[in-house]
Amino acid sequence: MKIENLSFEEAFKELEETVRRLEEGDLTLDESIALFERGQALARHCGEKLYRAELRVGQLVPSSEQDEGGYETVPFEGE
Amino acid sequence: MGGKSLNGEGGRQLSMWGSSQAGSSFPSMQIYQVSQITAYIKELFDSDYALQDLWLEGEVSNYSRAASGHVYFTLKDEQAQIRCVMWRSQAERQAYLPQNGEAVLAHGRISVYEAGGRYQLYVDDIQPAGAGLLYLQFEALKERLAAEGLFDAERKRPLPLFPRRLGVVTSPAAAALRDIVNVLRRRYPLVEVLLSPTPVQGDEAPPQIVAAIEALNEHTDVDVLIVARGGGSLEDLWAFNDERVARAIYASRVPVVTGVGHETDFTIADFVADVRAPTPSAAAELVVPDRQKLREAVEGWRGRLMQLMKGHIGEKRRALQYREQVLRRFSPQAHIDNYRQRIDDLIRSALAGLKHRLALGRERLRTLDSQLQTLSPLATLERGYAIARHLGTGKVVRSVAQVVAGDRLEVRVSDGQFESRVEQT
Repeated sequence: MKIENLSFEEAFKELEETVRRLEEGDLTLDESIALFERGQALARHCGEKLYRAELRVGQLVPSSEQDEGGYETVPFEGE
Repeated sequence: MGGKSLNGEGGRQLSMWGSSQAGSSFPSMQIYQVSQITAYIKELFDSDYALQDLWLEGEVSNYSRAASGHVYFTLKDEQAQIRCVMWRSQAERQAYLPQNGEAVLAHGRISVYEAGGRYQLYVDDIQPAGAGLLYLQFEALKERLAAEGLFDAERKRPLPLFPRRLGVVTSPAAAALRDIVNVLRRRYPLVEVLLSPTPVQGDEAPPQIVAAIEALNEHTDVDVLIVARGGGSLEDLWAFNDERVARAIYASRVPVVTGVGHETDFTIADFVADVRAPTPSAAAELVVPDRQKLREAVEGWRGRLMQLMKGHIGEKRRALQYREQVLRRFSPQAHIDNYRQRIDDLIRSALAGLKHRLALGRERLRTLDSQLQTLSPLATLERGYAIARHLGTGKVVRSVAQVVAGDRLEVRVSDGQFESRVEQT
Protein backbone atom coordinates (compact mmCIF):
# COMPACT_ATOMS: atom_id res chain seq x y z
CA MET A 1 0.00 0.00 0.00
CA LYS A 2 1.18 3.47 -0.86
CA ILE A 3 2.55 5.19 2.18
CA GLU A 4 0.95 8.57 1.53
CA ASN A 5 -2.47 6.90 1.71
CA LEU A 6 -1.84 5.34 5.11
CA SER A 7 -3.45 6.77 8.23
CA PHE A 8 -1.13 7.65 11.09
CA GLU A 9 -2.24 4.55 12.94
CA GLU A 10 -1.56 2.27 9.97
CA ALA A 11 1.83 3.81 9.29
CA PHE A 12 2.76 3.69 12.98
CA LYS A 13 1.82 0.03 13.28
CA GLU A 14 3.59 -0.90 10.07
CA LEU A 15 6.71 0.93 11.24
CA GLU A 16 6.64 -1.06 14.46
CA GLU A 17 6.22 -4.27 12.45
CA THR A 18 9.04 -3.30 10.07
CA VAL A 19 11.44 -2.76 12.95
CA ARG A 20 10.38 -6.08 14.40
CA ARG A 21 11.02 -7.92 11.15
CA LEU A 22 14.42 -6.35 10.78
CA GLU A 23 15.18 -7.34 14.35
CA GLU A 24 14.33 -10.93 13.59
CA GLY A 25 17.07 -10.93 10.97
CA ASP A 26 17.22 -13.94 8.69
CA LEU A 27 16.72 -11.67 5.69
CA THR A 28 18.59 -11.29 2.45
CA LEU A 29 20.43 -8.04 1.97
CA ASP A 30 17.91 -6.97 -0.66
CA GLU A 31 15.01 -7.72 1.67
CA SER A 32 16.53 -5.83 4.56
CA ILE A 33 17.35 -2.84 2.37
CA ALA A 34 13.77 -2.80 1.07
CA LEU A 35 12.42 -2.99 4.64
CA PHE A 36 14.79 -0.30 5.80
CA GLU A 37 13.76 2.07 3.04
CA ARG A 38 10.09 1.49 3.67
CA GLY A 39 10.65 1.97 7.39
CA GLN A 40 12.35 5.30 6.75
CA ALA A 41 9.48 6.44 4.58
CA LEU A 42 6.95 5.30 7.20
CA ALA A 43 8.73 7.21 9.96
CA ARG A 44 8.76 10.34 7.80
CA HIS A 45 5.07 9.90 7.03
CA CYS A 46 4.23 9.48 10.72
CA GLY A 47 6.12 12.66 11.60
CA GLU A 48 4.35 14.64 8.91
CA LYS A 49 0.96 13.32 9.96
CA LEU A 50 1.62 14.28 13.59
CA TYR A 51 2.71 17.81 12.86
CA ARG A 52 0.54 18.77 9.94
CA ALA A 53 -2.76 17.68 11.50
CA GLU A 54 -5.36 20.35 12.31
CA LEU A 55 -8.03 19.41 14.79
CA ARG A 56 -11.42 19.22 13.12
CA VAL A 57 -14.51 19.73 15.27
CA GLY A 58 -17.93 18.86 13.92
CA GLN A 59 -21.34 18.98 15.49
CA LEU A 60 -24.13 16.47 15.18
CA VAL A 61 -27.47 18.13 14.41
CA PRO A 62 -30.88 16.68 13.58
CA SER A 63 -31.14 16.38 9.82
CA SER A 64 -32.78 19.33 8.07
CA GLU A 65 -34.26 16.96 5.52
CA GLN A 66 -37.40 15.07 6.23
CA ASP A 67 -35.94 11.70 7.10
CA GLU A 68 -37.21 11.17 10.59
CA GLY A 69 -34.64 10.80 13.35
CA GLY A 70 -31.74 11.42 10.99
CA TYR A 71 -28.64 13.43 11.87
CA GLU A 72 -26.02 15.27 9.95
CA THR A 73 -22.64 16.69 10.78
CA VAL A 74 -21.88 20.37 10.41
CA PRO A 75 -18.71 22.23 11.32
CA PHE A 76 -18.78 23.39 14.91
CA GLU A 77 -18.59 27.18 15.17
CA GLY A 78 -19.03 27.50 18.93
CA GLU A 79 -15.78 27.93 20.79
CA MET B 1 -42.75 -6.95 67.45
CA GLY B 2 -41.33 -10.19 68.71
CA GLY B 3 -43.12 -13.36 69.55
CA LYS B 4 -41.65 -13.58 72.97
CA SER B 5 -43.53 -14.41 76.05
CA LEU B 6 -42.38 -13.53 79.50
CA ASN B 7 -42.18 -16.86 81.25
CA GLY B 8 -40.98 -17.66 84.71
CA GLU B 9 -37.40 -18.29 83.84
CA GLY B 10 -35.17 -16.80 86.45
CA GLY B 11 -38.05 -15.19 88.40
CA ARG B 12 -39.09 -16.32 91.80
CA GLN B 13 -42.49 -17.78 92.43
CA LEU B 14 -43.87 -16.36 95.63
CA SER B 15 -46.92 -16.95 97.56
CA MET B 16 -47.74 -14.56 100.34
CA TRP B 17 -49.56 -17.17 102.15
CA GLY B 18 -47.29 -20.07 101.78
CA SER B 19 -47.40 -22.62 99.07
CA SER B 20 -49.82 -22.18 96.26
CA GLN B 21 -50.36 -25.85 96.49
CA ALA B 22 -52.10 -25.12 99.72
CA GLY B 23 -55.01 -23.95 97.63
CA SER B 24 -54.61 -20.30 98.32
CA SER B 25 -57.04 -17.98 96.64
CA PHE B 26 -54.22 -15.51 95.72
CA PRO B 27 -52.72 -16.04 92.27
CA SER B 28 -48.97 -16.65 92.23
CA MET B 29 -46.88 -13.58 91.11
CA GLN B 30 -43.66 -13.14 89.01
CA ILE B 31 -41.14 -10.76 90.53
CA TYR B 32 -38.26 -9.60 88.36
CA GLN B 33 -35.05 -7.74 88.81
CA VAL B 34 -34.74 -4.46 86.86
CA SER B 35 -31.76 -5.79 84.93
CA GLN B 36 -33.66 -8.95 84.08
CA ILE B 37 -36.55 -7.12 82.54
CA THR B 38 -34.25 -4.63 80.85
CA ALA B 39 -32.26 -7.44 79.27
CA TYR B 40 -35.55 -8.90 78.10
CA ILE B 41 -36.60 -5.58 76.54
CA LYS B 42 -33.23 -5.17 74.90
CA GLU B 43 -33.56 -8.59 73.37
CA LEU B 44 -36.96 -7.63 71.98
CA PHE B 45 -35.38 -4.66 70.19
CA ASP B 46 -32.34 -6.58 69.00
CA SER B 47 -34.30 -9.42 67.55
CA ASP B 48 -36.43 -7.13 65.43
CA TYR B 49 -34.93 -6.93 61.99
CA ALA B 50 -36.66 -3.62 61.15
CA LEU B 51 -34.72 -1.86 63.90
CA GLN B 52 -31.30 -3.09 62.83
CA ASP B 53 -30.85 -1.06 59.64
CA LEU B 54 -32.86 2.11 59.20
CA TRP B 55 -32.72 5.72 58.16
CA LEU B 56 -34.34 8.27 60.45
CA GLU B 57 -35.16 11.82 59.51
CA GLY B 58 -35.39 14.55 62.14
CA GLU B 59 -34.07 17.74 63.62
CA VAL B 60 -30.96 17.71 65.76
CA SER B 61 -31.02 19.01 69.35
CA ASN B 62 -28.91 18.60 72.48
CA TYR B 63 -25.87 17.96 70.32
CA SER B 64 -22.72 17.32 72.30
CA ARG B 65 -19.39 15.71 71.78
CA ALA B 66 -17.95 14.11 74.87
CA ALA B 67 -14.27 14.18 75.83
CA SER B 68 -14.20 10.53 74.79
CA GLY B 69 -15.01 11.63 71.22
CA HIS B 70 -18.44 10.01 71.19
CA VAL B 71 -21.28 12.18 69.87
CA TYR B 72 -24.66 12.45 71.57
CA PHE B 73 -27.79 14.21 70.31
CA THR B 74 -31.52 13.96 70.08
CA LEU B 75 -33.55 13.66 66.90
CA LYS B 76 -37.05 15.05 67.03
CA ASP B 77 -40.05 15.97 65.02
CA GLU B 78 -43.28 17.64 66.15
CA GLN B 79 -44.56 14.67 68.06
CA ALA B 80 -41.61 12.65 69.28
CA GLN B 81 -37.93 12.41 69.96
CA ILE B 82 -35.30 9.75 70.14
CA ARG B 83 -31.87 9.73 71.71
CA CYS B 84 -28.91 9.13 69.42
CA VAL B 85 -25.32 8.18 69.99
CA MET B 86 -22.47 8.01 67.50
CA TRP B 87 -19.25 6.35 68.63
CA ARG B 88 -16.00 8.13 68.14
CA SER B 89 -14.76 5.69 65.48
CA GLN B 90 -17.81 6.46 63.33
CA ALA B 91 -17.80 10.19 64.07
CA GLU B 92 -14.18 10.44 62.93
CA ARG B 93 -15.06 8.94 59.55
CA GLN B 94 -17.86 11.42 58.91
CA ALA B 95 -17.27 14.26 56.47
CA TYR B 96 -20.33 15.94 57.94
CA LEU B 97 -21.38 16.32 61.55
CA PRO B 98 -24.63 18.16 62.37
CA GLN B 99 -25.36 21.16 64.53
CA ASN B 100 -28.39 21.82 66.65
CA GLY B 101 -31.45 22.74 64.64
CA GLU B 102 -30.29 21.05 61.45
CA ALA B 103 -32.50 18.59 59.62
CA VAL B 104 -30.62 15.37 59.09
CA LEU B 105 -30.92 11.80 57.94
CA ALA B 106 -29.28 9.40 60.34
CA HIS B 107 -28.60 5.73 59.74
CA GLY B 108 -28.08 3.04 62.33
CA ARG B 109 -29.82 0.54 64.58
CA ILE B 110 -32.09 1.03 67.57
CA SER B 111 -31.26 -0.77 70.72
CA VAL B 112 -31.51 -0.36 74.46
CA TYR B 113 -28.98 1.34 76.68
CA GLU B 114 -29.56 -0.69 79.78
CA ALA B 115 -27.69 1.49 82.26
CA GLY B 116 -29.66 4.54 81.13
CA GLY B 117 -32.92 2.70 80.90
CA ARG B 118 -33.71 3.98 77.43
CA TYR B 119 -33.72 2.95 73.84
CA GLN B 120 -31.62 4.93 71.41
CA LEU B 121 -30.34 5.11 67.85
CA TYR B 122 -26.76 3.94 67.42
CA VAL B 123 -25.76 6.11 64.47
CA ASP B 124 -23.19 4.97 61.90
CA ASP B 125 -23.89 7.52 59.13
CA ILE B 126 -25.41 10.96 59.10
CA GLN B 127 -26.21 13.30 56.20
CA PRO B 128 -27.82 16.73 55.91
CA ALA B 129 -31.47 16.06 55.08
CA GLY B 130 -31.73 17.60 51.59
CA ALA B 131 -28.48 16.23 50.28
CA GLY B 132 -29.06 13.22 52.45
CA LEU B 133 -32.12 12.30 50.46
CA LEU B 134 -30.23 12.63 47.20
CA TYR B 135 -27.46 10.62 48.75
CA LEU B 136 -29.90 7.89 49.70
CA GLN B 137 -31.32 7.79 46.20
CA PHE B 138 -27.79 7.70 44.86
CA GLU B 139 -26.79 4.85 47.14
CA ALA B 140 -29.93 2.90 46.34
CA LEU B 141 -29.48 3.28 42.58
CA LYS B 142 -25.80 2.49 42.83
CA GLU B 143 -26.53 -0.67 44.75
CA ARG B 144 -29.23 -1.76 42.33
CA LEU B 145 -27.17 -1.16 39.20
CA ALA B 146 -24.14 -2.80 40.77
CA ALA B 147 -26.25 -5.87 41.54
CA GLU B 148 -27.39 -5.89 37.92
CA GLY B 149 -23.76 -5.96 36.80
CA LEU B 150 -23.60 -2.53 35.18
CA PHE B 151 -20.35 -1.71 36.97
CA ASP B 152 -18.65 -5.06 36.49
CA ALA B 153 -14.95 -4.76 35.85
CA GLU B 154 -15.11 -7.54 33.24
CA ARG B 155 -17.27 -5.46 30.95
CA LYS B 156 -15.01 -2.41 30.97
CA ARG B 157 -13.72 -2.10 27.44
CA PRO B 158 -10.23 -0.97 26.52
CA LEU B 159 -9.97 2.39 24.77
CA PRO B 160 -8.67 2.48 21.19
CA LEU B 161 -4.99 3.41 21.07
CA PHE B 162 -5.43 5.77 18.14
CA PRO B 163 -9.03 6.95 18.02
CA ARG B 164 -10.06 8.30 14.61
CA ARG B 165 -13.35 9.86 15.55
CA LEU B 166 -14.28 10.95 19.04
CA GLY B 167 -17.84 11.70 20.09
CA VAL B 168 -18.27 14.31 22.81
CA VAL B 169 -21.52 14.54 24.76
CA THR B 170 -21.68 17.86 26.56
CA SER B 171 -23.05 21.35 26.41
CA PRO B 172 -21.76 23.35 23.42
CA ALA B 173 -21.54 26.54 25.46
CA ALA B 174 -19.65 25.18 28.45
CA ALA B 175 -16.04 25.37 29.49
CA ALA B 176 -15.85 21.59 29.52
CA LEU B 177 -15.98 21.44 25.73
CA ARG B 178 -13.36 24.17 25.38
CA ASP B 179 -11.08 22.31 27.78
CA ILE B 180 -11.50 19.09 25.85
CA VAL B 181 -10.85 20.71 22.48
CA ASN B 182 -7.73 22.45 23.81
CA VAL B 183 -6.29 19.23 25.13
CA LEU B 184 -7.01 17.41 21.87
CA ARG B 185 -5.49 20.18 19.77
CA ARG B 186 -2.32 20.06 21.82
CA ARG B 187 -2.01 16.31 22.19
CA TYR B 188 -3.46 14.63 19.15
CA PRO B 189 -5.07 16.81 16.48
CA LEU B 190 -5.33 13.76 14.22
CA VAL B 191 -8.59 12.84 15.87
CA GLU B 192 -11.84 14.18 14.49
CA VAL B 193 -14.18 15.53 17.14
CA LEU B 194 -17.92 15.14 16.82
CA LEU B 195 -19.95 17.10 19.36
CA SER B 196 -23.37 15.78 20.25
CA PRO B 197 -24.78 18.80 22.07
CA THR B 198 -27.04 18.47 25.10
CA PRO B 199 -27.93 20.41 28.22
CA VAL B 200 -26.09 18.90 31.17
CA GLN B 201 -28.17 20.08 34.11
CA GLY B 202 -31.79 20.38 35.09
CA ASP B 203 -34.70 17.97 34.92
CA GLU B 204 -34.67 17.99 31.12
CA ALA B 205 -31.03 17.02 30.90
CA PRO B 206 -31.12 13.24 31.42
CA PRO B 207 -33.31 12.30 28.42
CA GLN B 208 -31.30 14.67 26.24
CA ILE B 209 -27.99 13.26 27.40
CA VAL B 210 -29.40 9.83 26.57
CA ALA B 211 -30.45 11.04 23.10
CA ALA B 212 -27.02 12.57 22.48
CA ILE B 213 -25.27 9.31 23.40
CA GLU B 214 -27.64 7.30 21.24
CA ALA B 215 -27.29 9.65 18.24
CA LEU B 216 -23.50 9.21 18.23
CA ASN B 217 -23.83 5.46 18.55
CA GLU B 218 -26.44 5.03 15.89
CA HIS B 219 -25.62 7.69 13.31
CA THR B 220 -21.86 8.05 13.33
CA ASP B 221 -18.81 5.82 13.26
CA VAL B 222 -17.10 7.28 16.34
CA ASP B 223 -14.81 4.82 18.06
CA VAL B 224 -14.94 6.29 21.56
CA LEU B 225 -17.17 8.69 23.54
CA ILE B 226 -16.54 11.34 26.16
CA VAL B 227 -19.46 12.30 28.40
CA ALA B 228 -18.48 15.46 30.21
CA ARG B 229 -19.57 18.28 32.42
CA GLY B 230 -17.55 20.87 34.30
CA GLY B 231 -17.62 21.26 38.06
CA GLY B 232 -20.74 22.29 39.95
CA SER B 233 -22.80 21.63 43.03
CA LEU B 234 -24.13 18.19 43.85
CA GLU B 235 -27.49 19.23 42.36
CA ASP B 236 -25.80 20.56 39.21
CA LEU B 237 -24.22 17.18 38.55
CA TRP B 238 -27.38 15.28 39.34
CA ALA B 239 -28.27 14.46 35.74
CA PHE B 240 -25.25 12.13 35.75
CA ASN B 241 -26.78 10.16 38.60
CA ASP B 242 -29.85 9.41 36.52
CA GLU B 243 -30.65 5.79 35.81
CA ARG B 244 -31.53 6.51 32.17
CA VAL B 245 -28.12 8.09 31.59
CA ALA B 246 -26.44 5.15 33.29
CA ARG B 247 -28.25 2.69 31.04
CA ALA B 248 -27.46 4.67 27.89
CA ILE B 249 -23.76 4.60 28.78
CA TYR B 250 -24.03 0.89 29.49
CA ALA B 251 -25.68 0.31 26.11
CA SER B 252 -23.10 2.32 24.16
CA ARG B 253 -21.57 0.42 21.23
CA VAL B 254 -18.21 2.12 21.79
CA PRO B 255 -16.31 2.68 25.04
CA VAL B 256 -17.34 5.68 27.14
CA VAL B 257 -15.08 7.91 29.21
CA THR B 258 -16.75 10.17 31.76
CA GLY B 259 -15.31 13.45 32.94
CA VAL B 260 -17.88 14.94 35.25
CA GLY B 261 -17.26 17.66 37.85
CA HIS B 262 -14.07 17.68 39.85
CA GLU B 263 -11.65 15.13 41.19
CA THR B 264 -13.79 14.35 44.21
CA ASP B 265 -17.14 13.98 42.46
CA PHE B 266 -18.28 10.46 41.74
CA THR B 267 -21.47 9.97 39.78
CA ILE B 268 -23.39 6.87 38.75
CA ALA B 269 -22.29 7.63 35.19
CA ASP B 270 -18.67 7.34 36.36
CA PHE B 271 -19.32 3.88 37.76
CA VAL B 272 -20.91 2.63 34.53
CA ALA B 273 -18.35 4.22 32.22
CA ASP B 274 -15.54 2.11 30.78
CA VAL B 275 -13.11 4.67 32.17
CA ARG B 276 -13.78 7.43 34.68
CA ALA B 277 -11.70 10.59 34.40
CA PRO B 278 -11.67 13.15 37.22
CA THR B 279 -12.38 16.14 34.94
CA PRO B 280 -13.29 16.86 31.29
CA SER B 281 -9.66 17.75 30.45
CA ALA B 282 -8.46 14.55 32.03
CA ALA B 283 -11.00 12.63 29.95
CA ALA B 284 -9.54 14.14 26.78
CA GLU B 285 -6.04 13.22 27.92
CA LEU B 286 -7.07 9.64 28.59
CA VAL B 287 -8.73 9.23 25.22
CA VAL B 288 -5.89 10.23 22.92
CA PRO B 289 -2.17 9.52 22.85
CA ASP B 290 0.30 12.37 23.27
CA ARG B 291 1.88 13.33 19.96
CA GLN B 292 5.11 14.35 21.66
CA LYS B 293 5.45 10.79 22.95
CA LEU B 294 4.45 9.38 19.57
CA ARG B 295 7.03 11.57 17.93
CA GLU B 296 9.64 10.19 20.31
CA ALA B 297 8.52 6.65 19.56
CA VAL B 298 8.77 7.27 15.81
CA GLU B 299 12.24 8.78 16.24
CA GLY B 300 13.23 5.84 18.38
CA TRP B 301 12.20 3.45 15.67
CA ARG B 302 13.90 5.47 13.00
CA GLY B 303 17.14 5.20 14.97
CA ARG B 304 16.58 1.52 15.55
CA LEU B 305 16.05 1.01 11.82
CA MET B 306 19.33 2.72 11.09
CA GLN B 307 21.14 0.67 13.68
CA LEU B 308 19.60 -2.58 12.45
CA MET B 309 20.49 -1.77 8.87
CA LYS B 310 24.09 -1.07 9.82
CA GLY B 311 24.11 -4.33 11.70
CA HIS B 312 22.75 -6.18 8.71
CA ILE B 313 25.27 -4.72 6.35
CA GLY B 314 28.12 -5.44 8.74
CA GLU B 315 26.89 -8.98 9.11
CA LYS B 316 26.71 -9.48 5.35
CA ARG B 317 30.15 -7.98 4.95
CA ARG B 318 31.59 -10.37 7.50
CA ALA B 319 29.86 -13.29 5.81
CA LEU B 320 31.33 -12.18 2.51
CA GLN B 321 34.81 -11.93 3.95
CA TYR B 322 34.53 -15.35 5.45
CA ARG B 323 33.41 -16.85 2.15
CA GLU B 324 36.22 -15.16 0.35
CA GLN B 325 38.62 -16.81 2.73
CA VAL B 326 37.02 -20.19 2.24
CA LEU B 327 37.06 -19.69 -1.49
CA ARG B 328 40.68 -18.76 -1.45
CA ARG B 329 41.51 -21.85 0.51
CA PHE B 330 39.85 -24.10 -2.06
CA SER B 331 40.92 -22.23 -5.18
CA PRO B 332 42.99 -24.20 -7.88
CA GLN B 333 45.44 -21.30 -7.72
CA ALA B 334 46.31 -22.49 -4.26
CA HIS B 335 46.87 -25.99 -5.64
CA ILE B 336 48.98 -24.67 -8.42
CA ASP B 337 51.02 -22.56 -6.03
CA ASN B 338 51.33 -25.59 -3.85
CA TYR B 339 52.56 -27.84 -6.63
CA ARG B 340 54.84 -25.16 -7.94
CA GLN B 341 56.47 -25.03 -4.60
CA ARG B 342 56.68 -28.77 -4.37
CA ILE B 343 58.33 -28.91 -7.77
CA ASP B 344 60.82 -26.34 -6.63
CA ASP B 345 61.43 -28.35 -3.51
CA LEU B 346 61.87 -31.55 -5.50
CA ILE B 347 64.25 -29.92 -7.93
CA ARG B 348 66.18 -28.48 -5.07
CA SER B 349 66.49 -31.79 -3.29
CA ALA B 350 67.20 -33.65 -6.55
CA LEU B 351 70.01 -31.23 -7.30
CA ALA B 352 71.33 -31.58 -3.82
CA GLY B 353 71.23 -35.38 -4.17
CA LEU B 354 72.92 -35.22 -7.49
CA LYS B 355 75.66 -32.97 -6.20
CA HIS B 356 76.19 -35.28 -3.32
CA ARG B 357 76.43 -38.31 -5.57
CA LEU B 358 78.78 -36.49 -7.88
CA ALA B 359 81.01 -35.65 -4.98
CA LEU B 360 80.90 -39.25 -3.82
CA GLY B 361 81.65 -40.44 -7.33
CA ARG B 362 84.51 -38.07 -7.64
CA GLU B 363 85.90 -39.25 -4.37
CA ARG B 364 85.55 -42.91 -5.36
CA LEU B 365 87.19 -42.16 -8.67
CA ARG B 366 90.13 -40.73 -6.88
CA THR B 367 90.42 -43.81 -4.68
CA LEU B 368 90.05 -46.17 -7.63
CA ASP B 369 92.56 -44.21 -9.55
CA SER B 370 95.18 -44.62 -6.93
CA GLN B 371 94.31 -48.29 -6.55
CA LEU B 372 94.49 -48.59 -10.27
CA GLN B 373 97.85 -47.01 -10.22
CA THR B 374 99.19 -49.72 -7.93
CA LEU B 375 97.49 -52.53 -9.83
CA SER B 376 98.12 -51.30 -13.34
CA PRO B 377 100.06 -53.71 -15.55
CA LEU B 378 101.78 -50.68 -16.86
CA ALA B 379 103.56 -50.40 -13.56
CA THR B 380 104.63 -54.03 -13.99
CA LEU B 381 105.79 -53.23 -17.49
CA GLU B 382 107.95 -50.52 -16.01
CA ARG B 383 109.67 -53.19 -14.13
CA GLY B 384 110.65 -54.91 -17.49
CA TYR B 385 107.72 -57.25 -18.13
CA ALA B 386 105.97 -57.39 -21.48
CA ILE B 387 102.50 -58.44 -22.52
CA ALA B 388 102.08 -60.40 -25.65
CA ARG B 389 98.78 -60.61 -27.50
CA HIS B 390 97.67 -62.25 -30.65
CA LEU B 391 97.64 -59.60 -33.20
CA GLY B 392 94.32 -60.52 -34.70
CA THR B 393 92.30 -61.43 -31.60
CA GLY B 394 94.06 -59.37 -28.99
CA LYS B 395 94.13 -62.40 -26.70
CA VAL B 396 96.84 -62.23 -24.07
CA VAL B 397 99.34 -65.03 -24.38
CA ARG B 398 99.80 -66.67 -21.03
CA SER B 399 101.06 -70.06 -22.12
CA VAL B 400 103.36 -71.53 -24.74
CA ALA B 401 100.53 -73.73 -25.75
CA GLN B 402 98.68 -70.68 -26.99
CA VAL B 403 101.04 -70.02 -29.82
CA VAL B 404 102.37 -71.87 -32.87
CA ALA B 405 105.25 -70.91 -35.07
CA GLY B 406 104.37 -68.16 -37.41
CA ASP B 407 101.77 -66.47 -35.10
CA ARG B 408 102.07 -62.79 -35.12
CA LEU B 409 102.01 -61.16 -31.75
CA GLU B 410 101.72 -57.64 -30.47
CA VAL B 411 104.08 -57.06 -27.61
CA ARG B 412 103.52 -54.29 -25.20
CA VAL B 413 106.29 -52.84 -23.13
CA SER B 414 106.38 -49.90 -20.79
CA ASP B 415 106.82 -47.20 -23.37
CA GLY B 416 104.93 -48.66 -26.35
CA GLN B 417 104.44 -51.79 -28.52
CA PHE B 418 105.85 -53.61 -31.41
CA GLU B 419 104.98 -56.59 -33.61
CA SER B 420 106.85 -59.83 -33.46
CA ARG B 421 106.54 -63.39 -34.95
CA VAL B 422 106.78 -66.69 -33.20
CA GLU B 423 109.67 -68.61 -34.73
CA GLN B 424 109.65 -71.74 -32.73
CA THR B 425 107.87 -73.27 -29.76
